[in-house]
Amino acid sequence: MKVDRRSFLSFVIGGAAGTALSPLPWKLMDDSSIWSQMWPWTPVPPDGEVVYEDSTCTLCPGGCGISVRKVDNRAVKIEGKQGHPINDGGICILGLSGLQMLYGPTRVKSPMKRIGERGDGQWQKISWDEAIAILTEKLIDIRDKGEAHTVAAIAGSDSGTVPALIQRFMTAYGSPNFMRTPSGRDADELAVNTLFGNQGRTGFDVENADYILSFGSGIVDGWGSPVRMFRASSLWKDKKTTVVQVEPRLSNSAAKATRWVPVNPGTEADLALGIAAVMVSRNMIDTGAVSGLSSWKSDLLANYATEKVSQTTGVAAEVIAELAKGFAGANRPLALCGRGKAQTAGSLRDIAAVYALNALAGNINQEGGMWPIPEADYIQWRDVATDNLASAGLSQPRIDGAGAGKYAQTRYLASRLADAVNGNGPYPLQVLLVASANPCHDLPDTQRVKEAFARIPFIVSFSSFHDETAAMADLLMPDHVYLERYEDVPVDAGLTQQMIGLSRPVVSPQFNTRHLGETLISAAKAMGEPMADAFPWDDYETCLEETLAEKWDTLMEDGVWVQADIDPVGDRLQLAGMDADAVQAEGDVNSFPLLLLPYDTIRLTSGYIGEAPFMIKTVADTVIKGNDGFVEVNPQTARAAGLGQGDMATLTTPRGEAQVRVHLFEGIQPGVLAMARGLGHTAYDAFLAGKGVNINTLIGPVEDPSSGHDAAWGIRATLSKA
Amino acid sequence: MSTLDEKAKEGMDDHATHGSDGKQSGAGGFIILFFIIGFAASMVLGWVIFPKLLYSQKQQPFSFNHALHVEEVDDGCESCHFFREDGSFSGTPKLAQCTECHEEPMGDTEDEAIFVEQYVTMEREVPWLSYSRQPDCVFFSHAAHVIGAKMDCVVCHGHIGESEESRPYEYNRITTYSRDIWGHNIAGFAKNSWDRMKMDDCARCHKEAGVIHTSSVQTERDACFVCHK
Repeated sequence: MKVDRRSFLSFVIGGAAGTALSPLPWKLMDDSSIWSQMWPWTPVPPDGEVVYEDSTCTLCPGGCGISVRKVDNRAVKIEGKQGHPINDGGICILGLSGLQMLYGPTRVKSPMKRIGERGDGQWQKISWDEAIAILTEKLIDIRDKGEAHTVAAIAGSDSGTVPALIQRFMTAYGSPNFMRTPSGRDADELAVNTLFGNQGRTGFDVENADYILSFGSGIVDGWGSPVRMFRASSLWKDKKTTVVQVEPRLSNSAAKATRWVPVNPGTEADLALGIAAVMVSRNMIDTGAVSGLSSWKSDLLANYATEKVSQTTGVAAEVIAELAKGFAGANRPLALCGRGKAQTAGSLRDIAAVYALNALAGNINQEGGMWPIPEADYIQWRDVATDNLASAGLSQPRIDGAGAGKYAQTRYLASRLADAVNGNGPYPLQVLLVASANPCHDLPDTQRVKEAFARIPFIVSFSSFHDETAAMADLLMPDHVYLERYEDVPVDAGLTQQMIGLSRPVVSPQFNTRHLGETLISAAKAMGEPMADAFPWDDYETCLEETLAEKWDTLMEDGVWVQADIDPVGDRLQLAGMDADAVQAEGDVNSFPLLLLPYDTIRLTSGYIGEAPFMIKTVADTVIKGNDGFVEVNPQTARAAGLGQGDMATLTTPRGEAQVRVHLFEGIQPGVLAMARGLGHTAYDAFLAGKGVNINTLIGPVEDPSSGHDAAWGIRATLSKA
Repeated sequence: MSTLDEKAKEGMDDHATHGSDGKQSGAGGFIILFFIIGFAASMVLGWVIFPKLLYSQKQQPFSFNHALHVEEVDDGCESCHFFREDGSFSGTPKLAQCTECHEEPMGDTEDEAIFVEQYVTMEREVPWLSYSRQPDCVFFSHAAHVIGAKMDCVVCHGHIGESEESRPYEYNRITTYSRDIWGHNIAGFAKNSWDRMKMDDCARCHKEAGVIHTSSVQTERDACFVCHK
């Protein structure tokens, strides 16, 4: 039998016929189409039971209620909680992105100790017992030498049980050095103390005001409790409330306002006092809520005559008169202050001028007005019994200088920490504990801060994330993220009520992390008496439940506890704090002819929480493009420097230098530059690290002469072709 | 004329010579034989070898006796495969449901021991392999069919409730989906309504109950998006 070509062809034809009559081609066709429509490697979320669990967001100080949608045990979406007194179903972009904090790759997954050089990122996983042992041995050793005061702690907040446990830990240990990261709260508390004579904070009844005069406050850019402010802004639109935004730059808040009043940078207080002077001179004021007007009046009228103010602020004299008339003539006028999100403390003069304006308009403790109210004081623990070592430590001056000498009224001065550690402090620091704070990114003059951190022999980070400060630490004791833990969340953020939210675990801890409260209690117990005695609770949950007492049940049921009727801490404003000189931007005008201003946006976090990938995706490519950050420049200024849209430029300030791209923007004055705050991370993941420039590397702190707070609102700069 | 053309001509001449030798009928027989061989081989490949290559098998974590459980419960299939309050279907029971009865071993079978030791005490979910999971592009609502159309579970799932042990889970190597979707018959023939779960099978039933299934104005049948979201 010879297999020739014909036979072969016959075989093939037979094979083809047989194949066509078999299921093979038809089934393969079907399967390959199913395969190509549903690639097996495409992730498909597993199905399961859908439930919602309510909690409180702690990613910013806003205190919004959240409802987390879960499928079985996975959290899949965060929504605003319906009916919540702050946000009633609304949520901001940061709150929405919270799951990326929970499941993202930047979590610190276990306690770790540094094994390489500082900043190399070489860590060794250790057990919690070992981590507690390392910490407590170090602390006991220092304390036994009578150097307890050389241990400091820096935290993002000082209210609520967890910050209170840190403060208690420091007190029992014997260190006066508990610091809160700087924010507008610092100046607000100081102003309430100075102007009303009592400890407290301000609340603003924005919903009921009918004329808003905002001195740079980012109403839709994240000021106060952001979602509450969005809602207020919508409400104002519906009610046709006049909103005047006084700001050097056309921010989103300025764009949404009824009227934008561009003002020379740093002269907002001058304008406020100029408006006050017009109101006083024309007798358009309510004297019922102010003290000391008679002696203040002549200074005010002399120093803030309209023409003079017009020259300082760049606002036309008739506009000043119009603003005064509009503000004083409104039924329920309200002035707001704190630039952007009020991320820096600011000067007492800036804030006192605006509060005085409110008092002169007669809105103190009125509907739609400003309310100086006490902070919630539900944490009633018995006093710490300090031993000799602790008392000796506590009698030492604070390393940041707050609370003594010329800063007697100031509680915290974290912005002075770097300077103190770098050689200007009363003593060197041996240990720094960092909780809910990222000073190596968020404090001004970041290089100096990092230099200072490099000098501190032992740094402990309680951060849940591999942030810039954790990178400088020696020991990582990661806290749960907010979706994994119980915590009381006292909300200040300009609310007129006292409100406490409850954060509760929505999912079980994803990694080998531990609640910071738990870590502190177990560390104190491990240190023996008298530390252990100050922490009598078995665990944090017991501590929380006992502390909240009768509020606990309400919080478990409603997620929030509200006290609406509060006695204000004062009803007359003592006119004071406004005679200091205006804080000037650092730098020589001749060498640095331009002014650089930081600006805040709701799309960037600016706090210790790094931006989630979701957020970065929403930032316009005129803010960051690829890894390049932009600086906003007036076309006239850009032309003079020979720069066009998108050009690379070198931005230099007395504190640093950065390569940036130019964004031509008509909404900023010639000679002024603006750059977004919150970028330029070096830590975190590829979604965030290396994106844009950290403006804190270009700006240094400028001390407010009245308080020592960082009052820098910008810095002198130059911009040249790269 | 080129050299190639000449060669070709020679070849044709050769062919003509062979033909005149009278061997053509024998060659024709070979041709048919080869046709048959090719045909038979491809039929064997397509009908016998191909299914074996296409499908792979996995065993369930342990064998489950449906018949035994159905006898014990009051509410038939819905005792374990129930609808949640929001109308969604619970599907394969979670460990929490099983442990309502199985906190301790019930009975002394090997499978029971595996279940209690490896899953109940370890608090691990049993990784059951679902025979009737539709591809991800399909949106299937049990509520619409069982509660809405009052269909019996058997219509699609057959008599699985009477099974005494778990059969092996067969899955398609290309698509990774269960063999039950295409059906056990490789040609796609079905005797019973539960033999296949392909789109055609859905469409057949939807067409029969045509009155309410006319979401597409053009075709007066159900539109694609009824099942493909």
